[in-house]
Amino acid sequence: MAKSQELSVQEKKEVAPKEEKTVPARFYVPNADIFETDSALTVVMEMPGVEKKDLSIQLENEVLRIEGRIDFSKYEELEPVYAEYNIGHYARAFTLSNKIDQDGITADLADGVLTLTLKKAKEAMPKRITIK
Amino acid sequence: MPMVLSDPFEALLNLQAALEGAFRANWLESSPSGSGAYPPINVFRKGDDFVVIAEVPGIKKSDLDIQVHGNAIRLAGVKSLDYSEKASVHRRERLAGRFDRAISIPIEVDADKVKAECRDGILALYLPRAERDKPRSIKLA
Repeated sequence: MAKSQELSVQEKKEVAPKEEKTVPARFYVPNADIFETDSALTVVMEMPGVEKKDLSIQLENEVLRIEGRIDFSKYEELEPVYAEYNIGHYARAFTLSNKIDQDGITADLADGVLTLTLKKAKEAMPKRITIK
Repeated sequence: MPMVLSDPFEALLNLQAALEGAFRANWLESSPSGSGAYPPINVFRKGDDFVVIAEVPGIKKSDLDIQVHGNAIRLAGVKSLDYSEKASVHRRERLAGRFDRAISIPIEVDADKVKAECRDGILALYLPRAERDKPRSIKLA
């Protein structure tokens, strides 16, 4: 099904922050998919150009905060002549509704896509009730 | 005298402003541009040569097809998302599908020397100008 569909361009959205940044540069919102299974919550985010070492993931007060930074020194000797997208760091935060096992978070970065798997805490797992 | 900026954030801001300046410049307009607009590209000049950079997050190298002929470049491929069927979806923003885009750049490219790199979801094409296409300076007799 997906194969027959023409892929369209998604405009990058700039971050509209609650708190202001101290730096003037622009941040963008990474496109994200979020899905849930019985045992875990998975967050998948597109952050092209971000390397592992420039990624920060924090979970505090049930707010998951992800920031990815671009190493733009690669662009130093390049003179732009035509542009269709802008380059910037990525930032996004989610408030999590389920209790998450803080030690059970795994992150994987591949081809510019960050996959975060957040294991649910035991008490947040759905319990199956058997009818007698 | 241009200021030397050592502050990396200032440097990023300058890059962002430079890109803004080149945004949808009518640079590619003179040439018919393929059937699609994906992936979005930025074109840079580096001396005589050109560098085309595209954001292709989540696309495997094996799913990318790059062709260069003369001054035409074709980027085609497919982006697929594979998620487990059992999951319930809260948010879906990423798109999947196929793409096929052709662009022409105003120099003739030495197709044998083109280098393509795909790392962290960024595709970079280094397009060296063909030797015969390079400008020659004429000495006045």
